[in-house]
Amino acid sequence: MGVTGGSALKQGLYKLIFYIVCILIAVVMFLPFYWSLLTSLKPDDEIFAMPIQWFPKHLTFEHYRKAFSTVPFALFFWNSLVLAVSGVLANLFFGSLSGYAFAKLRFRLNKPVFRVLLAAMMIPGIVTMIPTVYVMRHIPFAGGNDLFGGGGNGLMNSFWGIILPGASGSFAVFFMRQFFLTLPSDMLEMARIEGCGEFKIFWRIYLPLTRPALATLSIFTFQAGWNSFLWPMIVLNDPDKATIQMGLQAFSYNFQTDYGPMMAGALVAILPILVLFLALQRYFVQGIAFSGIKG
Amino acid sequence: MASMRKVERHEARTAYVFITPTVLLFTVFTVIPVVMALYLSFTNYDVLSQNDWVGLDNYRRLMEDSLLWKTFKNVFFYSIIFVPLNIVISLLLSMLLSRAWRGVKLFRTFYYLPTLTSAVAAATVWIWLLHPEFGLVNGLLSYVGITGPAWLSETSTAMLSIVMLTLWQSVGSNMIIYLAGLQGVPDYLYESARLDGANKWASFRYITWPQLRPTTFLVSTMAIIGALQLFDQAFVLTQGGPANVTKTPVYLIYQQGFNQLQMGYASAQAFVLAVAILIFSLINMRVSKAEESII
Repeated sequence: MGVTGGSALKQGLYKLIFYIVCILIAVVMFLPFYWSLLTSLKPDDEIFAMPIQWFPKHLTFEHYRKAFSTVPFALFFWNSLVLAVSGVLANLFFGSLSGYAFAKLRFRLNKPVFRVLLAAMMIPGIVTMIPTVYVMRHIPFAGGNDLFGGGGNGLMNSFWGIILPGASGSFAVFFMRQFFLTLPSDMLEMARIEGCGEFKIFWRIYLPLTRPALATLSIFTFQAGWNSFLWPMIVLNDPDKATIQMGLQAFSYNFQTDYGPMMAGALVAILPILVLFLALQRYFVQGIAFSGIKG
Repeated sequence: MASMRKVERHEARTAYVFITPTVLLFTVFTVIPVVMALYLSFTNYDVLSQNDWVGLDNYRRLMEDSLLWKTFKNVFFYSIIFVPLNIVISLLLSMLLSRAWRGVKLFRTFYYLPTLTSAVAAATVWIWLLHPEFGLVNGLLSYVGITGPAWLSETSTAMLSIVMLTLWQSVGSNMIIYLAGLQGVPDYLYESARLDGANKWASFRYITWPQLRPTTFLVSTMAIIGALQLFDQAFVLTQGGPANVTKTPVYLIYQQGFNQLQMGYASAQAFVLAVAILIFSLINMRVSKAEESII
């Protein structure tokens, strides 16, 4: 009795320490979010009050209004949304189309082409950055170019310059292939015997079965598109085409001392990802485990 | 027999049609740029004038480029602190949250949240967190009687600030990968170790750590590749300063190529960085003695 009582006590103490440690870490991870939310809602005089005021005395949305009126933040938001959503749709379609081919169809170049695609994932982005700009500038018939790619700006300063290079990423192909491999092949044989067309087999039979994978992939690609910074900054130089990340950077740089609107802007830039994550959380964690383990 | 071959030919034809968009995009935006990058690094390409072949001039020039080597030194300093801390912290977090206790899923979500933020938004928030007078970090330090430094404007703390920010942002996703890895460790190993009277440390040392070797290899490789390409955070948080201590190779290549338009020279720099990344990945492979490759 005494022994079991002692171990129960020990177990309880152990749990208590566990929860205290976990909560402390959670606070550290969450504090920057809370701090920026707090700053964005406090009137200016409270932002700079010392010691720290953990709860605002007066709430104000003035900083949000200011963030959207001093820079065209809504336009930047829209631009980013267009780019990120196009990236998602292109990757889902082209990625699953080739992923399906690599997983389910036999052809001589299957292994070699797939290996080259994978190997390319190891090439650092900085290496291809400069020549990709050259290629962009000289795409024939685009942006005022002639047949030989001269005369105009090509795809520079156009959304295509951001969408096309990432439209069918190696990761999307790899990820979808891994998922298609887990699906049985006999549905394919059956459908063929029934005289079903190849694209229809892919589109009607196999693609609907990959819904969890598509959900995961769309979160990954949306996040990558929404958060990308360096490449859009290089391609786009028209201020009306700027993305939210570019806008936020310029904003925090030009308004160095205006922390209220700056924090409001940062939170607005995080919000879409946060909403998407909370909505599809289940798929998300699975997907990371899937790509991390099978990868 | 003949019909069999017909089916195979039909299948191969379908496959080639399916992978065409991906292969086309891959050729235009990856294969051609990689080949061109090598060519450009031997020219004096500057967008405006005709580019001439200059042989090894660019490579000779970068040997004496003290700023380039300084950026390399900066990023090595960053990596040496960031990579081990990243692995240790994410492994500890995953071991803490690998039990199936109440609330564990909520904690995982909290630790994962910072990963969702873009580098730009996170850096914007941290500019304010690290404000010398009114920032949260120094505010908290003042509770325990410490006067914190001017994090971003002192040469001794600027890079450490970037380490803090990137750790906050990245341990969550690596924790998830480690959690998946921990699930793969068979329970009977721990049970037999317990029967042999092994303590907690021994079972970590002889079971968990060796079993997680492929996971650690994956995590460390990605961390090294990412760390050596540090750009976004350094660009937003410190603009490479103070006194260039946070200027990174990617930053320098970006400036050299896109601000000063010395794209030939910048390509040579990019190649040196790519080789450095390759060398460090190979060293990492040797150190972690990964028998199985990640792919």
